[in-house]
Amino acid sequence: MSYALEARAVSVTAGRHLILSGVDVAVTQGEWVAIIGPNGAGKTTLLRALAGIIAFAGQVLIDGRPAVMSTRREMARQIALVPQRPETPHELTVAEYVLLGRTPHIGYFATETRADRLAAERAIARLGLRQFTARVLGSLSGGELQRVVLARALAQEASILLLDEPTSALDLGHQQQVLELVDRLRRESKLTVVSTMHDLSLAGQYADRLLLLDGGKVVVDGAPTDVLSEGIVAAHYGADVQVIKDNGSVFVLPRRKEVRWVR
Amino acid sequence: MAVRSRGVPPLWGSATLVFLAGALLLGLAIGPAQIGPGAIIASVLAHLEMFHRSSPLSSVDEAILWQVRAPRVALAALVGGMLAIAGSAYQGVFRNPLADPYLLGVAAGAGLGATLAIAYAAAGSNTGVLLPLAAFGGASLAVAGAYVLGRSAGGARSTTTLILAGVIVALFMTAAQTFVQQQRSETLREVYSWILGGFGTADWRSVTVIAPYIALSCGVILLHRRILDVLSLGDEEAASLGVHVRRTRLVLVIAATAGTAAAVAVSGLIGFVGIIVPHTIRLLVSPSSRAIVPLSLVAGAGFLVLADALARTILSPAELPIGVVTAFFGAPFFAILLRTTRRMAL
Repeated sequence: MSYALEARAVSVTAGRHLILSGVDVAVTQGEWVAIIGPNGAGKTTLLRALAGIIAFAGQVLIDGRPAVMSTRREMARQIALVPQRPETPHELTVAEYVLLGRTPHIGYFATETRADRLAAERAIARLGLRQFTARVLGSLSGGELQRVVLARALAQEASILLLDEPTSALDLGHQQQVLELVDRLRRESKLTVVSTMHDLSLAGQYADRLLLLDGGKVVVDGAPTDVLSEGIVAAHYGADVQVIKDNGSVFVLPRRKEVRWVR
Repeated sequence: MAVRSRGVPPLWGSATLVFLAGALLLGLAIGPAQIGPGAIIASVLAHLEMFHRSSPLSSVDEAILWQVRAPRVALAALVGGMLAIAGSAYQGVFRNPLADPYLLGVAAGAGLGATLAIAYAAAGSNTGVLLPLAAFGGASLAVAGAYVLGRSAGGARSTTTLILAGVIVALFMTAAQTFVQQQRSETLREVYSWILGGFGTADWRSVTVIAPYIALSCGVILLHRRILDVLSLGDEEAASLGVHVRRTRLVLVIAATAGTAAAVAVSGLIGFVGIIVPHTIRLLVSPSSRAIVPLSLVAGAGFLVLADALARTILSPAELPIGVVTAFFGAPFFAILLRTTRRMAL
């Protein structure tokens, strides 16, 4: 059986710095893998390499087929990438922005067809954005904007969704809302999801598997309950945490080392 | 609410075409010889075989209309349309509202080429042929130099590096141009009048020489109008949507440069059109390149024909340099537009 998405010994260098070194990942179809790790571990770089938009050494395979054998357009039909801070031109309408997601399906010099408009319409409807269709992006809130960006990725109709910190700009309620949405889309459309995540408790609750990167290398790869331990978090994040396991879920709580001020 | 992209709104499309038609008619009608718009239209129809009509004009008026005014108007339209559409392409490709067709050194390169041609052309030789060629060569060389320099310095990843390379090449070529000019100070006047730009020497030959370049360049840019919107999402996102960003940027820069260089070669340096026309459309119509690119072509053509008509009339029989007219009337117009439209986010 081949994996939906596989990286073999992927290394990325920037100048003389090794950002990723020999990373192996294998994601099965329909799986949600969260890439975690401290700042500068190479999480975003790994997503970019998987999406094929930066140069790397090693191999990336999509459905068992080396990605280098695909054209840029073919890649874009299989993998959609949602960057952490997507460029959202203020004056574009939601409809226009989501339609740009159809680019890999539209002939290079052609304009979108009825099928493209319908696909964009479906994506907008599925993310509950119908009433925003004609609004310009500059008038939307952070939570609405995040959903619009997801709608654009969904309109791309790729089977693999790469999300870079999908919840970093959102409040607690919107974080849950967006992650539930991703999970629902994943189940309904059998999407394969790879996301980087800062919040370890959320990562542990939503992802099937966690991949801990540190210093450009995979340190641990396994189920959330195995990866998230006080020892591992202390060793790689330098953080003092309390890990609570409850009914199959894991919660990682930061803990202050000593309380000096008592009022 | 329908899910679709705003292309060219039909009303704006037809309004712009009417503007161009009016400008062309005005451009043909203005001049010392009195030829009314009605007579011009009748003469145009007479030139179209299918109507089987004879022109109401005398043969002298016919010659003035078709050998003097028409090539001038046609040339102004071609150059204006080219500069405006090239400006819209540059602004899209560099995601920079301040980009204009001269961004990567076209003006400085063409200036150096023209100055060399004027200063060192063998006495008695025909600068009329040499000058456009030299200007075209200089312009192309400058942009090629800027592109190579920018790329080797990592400009493929950041457009800022590319723009910086353009500035450096332009400064270098301007220095060389000033040096040549100082060596041959007797040519100063001729060089200066070329730099100010104008259509005083327009003839059908220059129209036919530059038309193919401009047609090809405009065609390539028009085909990329949707891709320019994708590029507005930034290099990485455009790449993740399947666009070859570097290749697309190169193709568009080459197309816009070839057309601009051809325009500059026959008309000198006409500023302002490439920046004011696309921005006017952006503010009035839509921020999407799908509207800006085609409308810039048509409106730019009309704008420059109108500017040239003014340049011929204000101090008639003397002519104002057209660059003076475009900036003198363009700047206040744009200032008013900026104040009255609320869509300030560029």
